[in-house]
Amino acid sequence: MLSKKMLSILATTVLSVGFVAGCGSNSTSGEDKGSNVIKIATQSPLSGGSATLGEAIKLGAQLALDEEKDTFEKLGYKLQLVPYDDQGDPKKGVANAQLIGSDKAVYGVIGHLNSGVTIPSSETYEKYSIPMISPASTATDVTDRKLKTVNRIVARDDFQGPAGAEYAVKELKAKNIFVIQDKTAYGQGLADAFKTAAEKEGAKIVGFEGITVGEKDFNGVLNQVSKEKPDLVYFGGLYAEGGLLIKQARDKGITAKFMGGDGLDSSTLVDIAGDAVKDTYLTSVAGDASKTQFAKDYEKKFNKKVESYSVYGYDSMKVMLQGIQKAIEDNDKKLPSHEAVRDAVRGIKEYKGELTQVGFDEKGDNKYAKIFIYKFDAPSYPAKLEGEISQ
Amino acid sequence: MFAHIIQTLPQVLIDGLTLGAVYAIIALGYTMVYGILELINFAHGEIFMSGAFIGTAILIGLTGVGWIAAFPAVVTLILVLLITSVATGLLGMGIERVAYRPLRKSSKLITLITAIGMSFLLQDFVRFITELKNGNYIVNTPALFSGKVSVSASSLSSSFDDATFKVTFIVVLIVALCLMIGLEIFVNRTKWGMAMRAVAQDPDTASLMSINVNKVISLTFFIGSALGGATGVLFALHYGTIDPYIGFILGLKAFTAAVLGGIGNIRGAMFGGLMLGILEMFAAANLSTITGNVLGAEYKDVFAFAILILVLIFKPEGLFGKAVTEKV
Repeated sequence: MLSKKMLSILATTVLSVGFVAGCGSNSTSGEDKGSNVIKIATQSPLSGGSATLGEAIKLGAQLALDEEKDTFEKLGYKLQLVPYDDQGDPKKGVANAQLIGSDKAVYGVIGHLNSGVTIPSSETYEKYSIPMISPASTATDVTDRKLKTVNRIVARDDFQGPAGAEYAVKELKAKNIFVIQDKTAYGQGLADAFKTAAEKEGAKIVGFEGITVGEKDFNGVLNQVSKEKPDLVYFGGLYAEGGLLIKQARDKGITAKFMGGDGLDSSTLVDIAGDAVKDTYLTSVAGDASKTQFAKDYEKKFNKKVESYSVYGYDSMKVMLQGIQKAIEDNDKKLPSHEAVRDAVRGIKEYKGELTQVGFDEKGDNKYAKIFIYKFDAPSYPAKLEGEISQ
Repeated sequence: MFAHIIQTLPQVLIDGLTLGAVYAIIALGYTMVYGILELINFAHGEIFMSGAFIGTAILIGLTGVGWIAAFPAVVTLILVLLITSVATGLLGMGIERVAYRPLRKSSKLITLITAIGMSFLLQDFVRFITELKNGNYIVNTPALFSGKVSVSASSLSSSFDDATFKVTFIVVLIVALCLMIGLEIFVNRTKWGMAMRAVAQDPDTASLMSINVNKVISLTFFIGSALGGATGVLFALHYGTIDPYIGFILGLKAFTAAVLGGIGNIRGAMFGGLMLGILEMFAAANLSTITGNVLGAEYKDVFAFAILILVLIFKPEGLFGKAVTEKV
C-alpha cells in the first residue's frame, strides 16, 4: 500500500518537473528569436454584445500595422499584431493586461473600447510602462488620473454630454427632456453630464430613470415616458439596449425625438430598431470615415464595411507606430526602452491622421478631438452628419 | 399620486401580462422537473433561448422561400411552434439522458452543478452558431404579425389613460393560455399524467406499480422543454430581438415565479409568473412616483424580490404550495 502511494507521488513529481522544465525552455527560445520583433497589442471586445465595435478597432489597427511593416523592416524590426479579447469585461481586460505586461516584446496597446475596462487595465500598463492609446474610451477618469502611459484620440464625456445638450436645446428646441441611462460608468456619466448641461441651457428634465443591461423589456420605463410626453428622450447607454428602447417606444406611439451618445453609433442599432430609428440623433466622438481612402482599403482588405471606430483604431495605431519609430531613431536605431517609447508617444503634438488630427496634452487627451452630431433619416447606417462641435 | 397610478394602470397591466405570461410558461418547466426529481434544472432558461433561436431560424428560412407571403400568419405560427417545441423537447430529453440520469443517485448539489454547466454550454454553442453567419450574435426575428391596437380605456372611466398594444400581445396571451390549459388537462386527466403524478409522489412505489420511471422522467423533460421552446418563439415574435443570453435573467425570474407560486405546483407556477410580471412592470412605471423620485425604475427587481421574500416569510411553501413532510 505504502509503496503504491510512493510510486504515485514519484510519478507526479517527475511529471511536474518535466512540465516546468518544458515551459522554461520554451520561453527562453522564444525570447532569443524575438529580439528584433516589436509587438503591438490590441485589446477590444471581440466577443459579446459590443463585438461589432471591438472587431472594427482590431481590423483598423491591423490595416495601419500592415501599411507600416515595410518602414520598420528597413529599420531592422519586424512588426507583429497581437489581438486580445477583453470581452468588454474589466476582469478579463486586467488579466490580458498582465499577459501583455509579461511579454517584453510588446511596446504598445491599442484599446480599449469601454472606459470601464480601460481604467483598471491601464493601471497595469502603467506598472510596465507600456503606452496605451484608446481609440474610443471617453470617460473623464481615463486621463484624469494623469498616468504617463494613458492616451486617447477621442473627445471626453464631459464634452460629449454638454455638446449633445447644446444641440438638443438650441437646434432641436427641446424644452421637456426625459433622460434614461443604463447604470454603467459610461451610460450614467454621459447622462449626468447631459442633464446638468441641458438644465443650464434652460430645458426641463421631466424624468431621470435607469434600465438594466441585458434585459429586453423596457415597457415599464417607457410607460413613464409616454405619460410625461417629452419633446426628446436622451439615452445614455449602448446600442443593444438603445435599439430595443427606440423600437418599443415607437410601438407605444411615443413620437418624441431620441438622442444618445457614441454608444449608439453602430449598424446593429439600425438592425434592431428598423424603421423606428428615424428621428434619432446621436453625438459621437467618431467622425464619418466612409468616404476616405481608408474606407476603400478597409473594405477591399477585410470585405466588411467600416464601423465608426475602424478609422480610430487605424489612426491610433499610426500614432503609436510614429512614437515607436521616433524612439528607435533617437536611440541610434537600437531597440529603445519602454519608458522612451512611452514618452515619445505622449510627445506627439501634431499628427495629421486619416480622419482626426492628433496632439496629446499633458494628460494624454487629444487637443483636436471633436464631437459630431448625426441624425437617422432612414433605417440605414451610417447616419447623416448634421454638424460638428470643436473643443 | 394615486390618480397618477390609476391613470397608467391599463397600459401597465397589458405590458405586465405579456411579460408575466412568458415567465409563467417558463416557470412551468422548472416546476414540473422539480416536482418529479427535486432538481432545479438551471439549463431550462437556455432551452427557452434555444427555442427562440430555432423558431427565428425557421422563420428566416420560410421568409426566404416565400412561404410567409403565401400562407396565413396563423398557419405559419402553428407550424413554427410545433417544430420548435418538438426540437427543444428532444433537446431537453437529451440533456436529461446525458447530464442528469447518470447522476441521479448522487447528491442533489452535483446535478445542480451539471445543470449550470449545461446552461453555459448551450449559451456558447448557440453564440458560436449565430456568429458564424455575420460575426454578430444579436438576431432580429422577422415580424409575423404587425399592427397595433388601441384600447380606449378612458371611455370606461375618465381616470384611465388610453393604452395600446401590439397584435403579438394577443398571440402571446392566447398561445400561453392554450399551453397552460393543455398541460392542466394532460396532467390531471390522462394516464401518462397520472403516472407523472405517481412518480412525483414516490418513484419507488410507482415503479412497483409497473410504471416505467425513466420513461416518465423523459416525458416530463420533453413536455417542460417543449413548453419552454414554444415560449421562446413567442418571446422572439413579441420583442423581435434575441441574443444567446436572454435565457439567464428570464430563467432566473421564472424560477423565482415558480418559488413564489410554490415550487412543484403547476397552477402556482402560472399564477406566480403572471404576478411577478405585473409586479415588475408596475414597479418600473410607478416606483419613482411612489417614493418621490428617491428610487427610480431601476429598483423594480428589488421591489419584486422584496415581495417574494415577504411571501416566503409568511408562507414558506409558496402561495399555492402544500406544506408536506420531508420524504424519508
